[in-house]
Amino acid sequence: MTAIACDRVTVAMGGRTVLSNVSLAIERGEFVGVLGPNGSGKTTLMRAILGLVRPRAGTIRVLDAAVRRGSPAIGYMPQVRPALLHARIRGWDFVASVAGGHRWGLPWRSPAERKDVERALHLVGAQDLARHSIAELSGGERQRLLIAQALVGEPKLLLLDEPLISLDPHHQQAVIDMVRDIGRELRLTVLFSAHEINPLLGALDRVLYLGGTHAALGRVDEVITGPVLSRLYGSDIEVIRLHGRIFVMSSSGHDLEHDAHQHEH
Amino acid sequence: MFAYDFMINAFAAGGIVAVVAGAIGFFLVLRGQTFAGHALSHVGFAGATGAVLLGLPPLAGLAGFTLLGGIGIGLFGERLSGRDVAIGMVLSLSLGFGLLFLHFYTSSATQATAVLFGNVLGVGTETLWILLGLAVLCLGTLAVIARPLVFASLQPELAEAKGVSLRLIGVLFLAVVAMAVAESSQIVGVLLVFTLLVGPAAAAQCITSRLWLGVALSVLLALLDAWGGLTLAFYTDWPTSFWITALSGLVYFAALFAREVREGRDGRASRVAQPMR
Repeated sequence: MTAIACDRVTVAMGGRTVLSNVSLAIERGEFVGVLGPNGSGKTTLMRAILGLVRPRAGTIRVLDAAVRRGSPAIGYMPQVRPALLHARIRGWDFVASVAGGHRWGLPWRSPAERKDVERALHLVGAQDLARHSIAELSGGERQRLLIAQALVGEPKLLLLDEPLISLDPHHQQAVIDMVRDIGRELRLTVLFSAHEINPLLGALDRVLYLGGTHAALGRVDEVITGPVLSRLYGSDIEVIRLHGRIFVMSSSGHDLEHDAHQHEH
Repeated sequence: MFAYDFMINAFAAGGIVAVVAGAIGFFLVLRGQTFAGHALSHVGFAGATGAVLLGLPPLAGLAGFTLLGGIGIGLFGERLSGRDVAIGMVLSLSLGFGLLFLHFYTSSATQATAVLFGNVLGVGTETLWILLGLAVLCLGTLAVIARPLVFASLQPELAEAKGVSLRLIGVLFLAVVAMAVAESSQIVGVLLVFTLLVGPAAAAQCITSRLWLGVALSVLLALLDAWGGLTLAFYTDWPTSFWITALSGLVYFAALFAREVREGRDGRASRVAQPMR
C-alpha cells in the first residue's frame, strides 16, 4: 500500500526546474523527514502532492488515486505567515475554519464538524489553548493549533511544512514526539519537512533528502552519507557522526544545515 | 426628534448602513484590507462627481465606480508586491479626477460637500429604498461566501489546498466591500467611510476574539455610532458626520486602551516567563 508514489516527476516553478525526474514511493504509515537546503523543493513537493502545482512531466499518485486538489484525505500545515501572528481570532474559530471551509454558505459548524474539531484539539492537547486568541499564543502553542487544524477531517496523510521553525530545541522535541505519537495511533503517513536532521532522528522511519533537483529516499544511514549528499548538493559533502548526532559539512568546513537555518531568519 | 420626516429617514438610513458597514467591515479588518476599503471610497468620489456632471444620480456613479474599483483591486491578486503603493496611486488619481469633474460642474459647492462629508439628513424615501436594496444584496452575497471567506482569510494556503479559489473569493469580497462603501458614503461621505466601515469592526476585534460575537458586536457598535451621532447632531446642530467620527474614534480608542490594560494585567506576564520561541 503506497501513500505517495512519484513516477519520473519534473516540477518547475517560475521557469526554474525544482525537481527533475524524481521517482519515489512512500508506504502508508511511514514517518518521513523531508530535508534539504533552502529552495531544494520541500514546499514545492508538498504543493505538488496537494495538486496545487502541476508537474511538468511524470505522475504523482496519492493513496492509490490520482492527485486532485481539495482531497479530504490530506491534512496540510503550511508554513506560518507573519500575518497570522497578529490575528486576533480565537484559536477554536481558527482551527474550525478548515471544517467544510471550502463550501459556500454561512460558517455554522454542524455537530459532527464541532466534534471533529474537538477531537483534533484533544489529539494535540490544545482544548484550553483554543479559548485564547492566536495573537496571545507563543510559537509552540500556535504550532499545536496548526497541527490540530491539519488533523481536522480525519486525514490519512499529513504534510507538515517546517513545523519546527522558530522553536527552541525543547519545544522542537515536544512537537516531534507529539506528531510521531499521533501518527502511530492513527496510522497516518507523515511528511515532516525540517532544516536539521538531528531533532528528528528518534522519530523517523525514513528520510527524503532533496537537493540539486534530485531526491534520495531511504533510511538515515543510507541517505545521510558523504557520497549521497555530495551528489545532491553538487559539491563535496562530509557527514560526521558524533555522540549520536549528525553533522553535514561542506569540504570548507561549514555546517550546512545550521547555515541554512540561519539564513532563513 | 422623530416628529420630523427627515429624522426618521436619517435614522432608517443610518440603521441600514450601520448593519452593512459593521458586518462587512469586520471581515475587512480581519483580512487586513482596510486601506483598500479607504481607497475604494475615493474611487467613489470620482464616480459620484462624474455622474453629477453627466446629470445622473451621484449614488449610481458612486456605486458603479466603487464596484469596478473593487473588482479591479481583487483581480490584482493577493500577492502583488507594492500593492499599497498601487492602491494609493489609484486613490489620489481618483480624487484628482473628482476635482476635475467638479471644476466643470460649476454650481457645485454643496454637492461636493455632500459627497465628501455625507448628507444623511437629506436622504429621501427613494434613496432609502436603494440603500435597503443594496444592503440586501451586500449581506446576501456575504452570507453565501462567508464560510470560504473566513477560511481563506485565516489560512489562505490551506484553503487553496482544500479547493477554495482565493482569487474568486477575493474579488467577490471586494465587490461586497465596494457596495458597503457606496452605502456608507451616503451617511458620512467618501472621506469618512473609515469611521463606519473600520472603526466599529476594529473596536469589536479589540473586545472579543470570538468570530460571530465579533461580527455582532461590530454591527452593534456601528449602530451606536450612527444613531448616537444623529441624536447628538439633532440636539447640538453640529454636523452629523462629525459626531459619528467622534463616537467611532472614542469607542475604538477606549476598546484599544481596555485591551492593553487587560493584556498587561494577565496573559502576557505569565507567558513571557515561559522559554518560548
